[in-house]
Amino acid sequence: MVEFLYGIEVVINGLMAGVMYSLVALGFVLIFKASGIFNYAQGVMALFAAMTLVGVQEGQVPFAHLINSVFGTQYHHFGWHINAFVAIAVAALVMLLFAYLVERYILKHLVNQEPIILFMATIGLAYFMEGFGDLMWGSNIKTLDVGIPQGGNFWIEEKTAFLGGEDFYGFYLDTLDIYATVIAIILVSTLVLFSQYTKTGRALRAVADDHQAALSVGISLRRIWVIVWSIAGIVALVAGIMWGSKSGVQFSLSLIALKALPVLMLGGFTSIPGAIIGGLIIGIGEKLFEFLIGAPFLGGATENWFAYMLALLFLVFRPQGLFGEKIIERV
Amino acid sequence: MTVSQDAAVQETITPDGRTIGGVLMEMRNITLRFGGVVAIEDISFDIRQGEIRAIIGPNGAGKSSMLNVINGFYHPQDGEVWYKGAIRGPMRPHQIAAQGIARTFQNIALFHGMSTLDNIMTGRLTHMKTGMLSQSVWFGRAQREETENRAFAERIIDFLEIQSIRKTPVGRLPYGLQKRVELGRALAAEPSLLLLDEPMAGMNVEEKEDMSRFILDVNDEFGTTIALIEHDMGVVMDLADRVVVMDYGRKIGDGSPEEVRNNKAVIDAYLGVSSD
Repeated sequence: MVEFLYGIEVVINGLMAGVMYSLVALGFVLIFKASGIFNYAQGVMALFAAMTLVGVQEGQVPFAHLINSVFGTQYHHFGWHINAFVAIAVAALVMLLFAYLVERYILKHLVNQEPIILFMATIGLAYFMEGFGDLMWGSNIKTLDVGIPQGGNFWIEEKTAFLGGEDFYGFYLDTLDIYATVIAIILVSTLVLFSQYTKTGRALRAVADDHQAALSVGISLRRIWVIVWSIAGIVALVAGIMWGSKSGVQFSLSLIALKALPVLMLGGFTSIPGAIIGGLIIGIGEKLFEFLIGAPFLGGATENWFAYMLALLFLVFRPQGLFGEKIIERV
Repeated sequence: MTVSQDAAVQETITPDGRTIGGVLMEMRNITLRFGGVVAIEDISFDIRQGEIRAIIGPNGAGKSSMLNVINGFYHPQDGEVWYKGAIRGPMRPHQIAAQGIARTFQNIALFHGMSTLDNIMTGRLTHMKTGMLSQSVWFGRAQREETENRAFAERIIDFLEIQSIRKTPVGRLPYGLQKRVELGRALAAEPSLLLLDEPMAGMNVEEKEDMSRFILDVNDEFGTTIALIEHDMGVVMDLADRVVVMDYGRKIGDGSPEEVRNNKAVIDAYLGVSSD
């Protein structure tokens, strides 16, 4: 009985881990759909957004190191501590500005180039942002606390304790994961409603389908790209907040992008529902695999590679992913 | 509308009783080069209010390039484009679309993932005024605008007799119907000038007849000025009021279908010059 309950707990925890993966994958899908660009910088965007958030919240002086070494000053902190909501708003504004600059100084000059060129540009962008973020906020490991409680949720544990009968087995769920799930659901629903029911959403979908046709009905590609990168920036901020709260704001945060790759292969690069379902499948899959096969038979630590193996299988049998557009070349 | 002053003087009635007004668009000495290749060389012609103007010519004559100049995909190195009585500066395609020039493409360019209705609704974008924020937040005006535009889209759907595929993703439709949806999307913009790039390419006889009828009806009922490229000479002669003939980027003929048909340069270009 306890085994079974633990299994359910594993699935629920997997679901919530999956939501976190989905959050990152979502940023990729948004940009890929609208511009055919695989945005290598998505992970670094999450890192940069989280760094900015911490910096603003803690009242750090941006470029402090640079300023001090040039002018021989000793500025480090403004000496204030800003409310989390205000700091999030400021970080969001920074991401909007970032989207505008990307369009203005990179994409605008690369219109009609091959996808591989654009991909290379995003690699460059990723490394630039990484260095720029370090220069702006310092490369030390920061803790992010926007007031989301962390650790096991006692309420759920108490309320579910009766399930285990005499063993008093209650579900152990991380409060942060629960928050992340709720926020992700709100975010995704908003995005879906926006893209289905507004004029701009329709224009976004049109651009995703056919650039030329979109131009011919009066849609400005550049405006749409700014909007798409802005949304991707906000999604990166949300992912950065969630992952940053969980494991600290540091360089390895940008590597969560790698975890999004198998999610994309599963769900398809062009589908928002695909990113969600793909993330959930990988989240549940890796936790269950570890629980049922990995830990008892393979010596554990299967979570590191399970997702990639699953993605490989998908590449062999269903290369377009679960929800991707089927690739049919008419001859 | 700022049609030139002598519009009234130029007004003519066609044999079938339609009124052709003054000059809507005028191309003056247009030259377009891609590197060393001259796609269009010093071409001038005009399109008059309410007429159906055909551009014909053999493959590679520069017809599609000309259409791309008109809707702003290409920018000519030389020459002037006059539209509604004013010279047009360098503009982006989406700005030109907002000025009332809509088009279809030779290789259909629809939004394949979207339904017929959604495709036609994108054609209404230039008529939607509410901003992104009010669309997301303030539902009153945005919703009313959406309803109005939806009503117009439904009129187009009725007109083109595609009610039954309203909700079908266009990627699944047969070729002929896709062409019709694309025409619908262009019409939804209520264009002053409608550009059709080979509207009948790859169609069977029946589909061609349908499409011809729609083009004539559009011109007749909405009074839309139409410029079209077509390969099928028979179709062109039936549809067009005036015809421009292009060959190797130059204009070799311009006039009524009758005049063009008897033009020696045109016959040579189409049938080849005899060697003796």
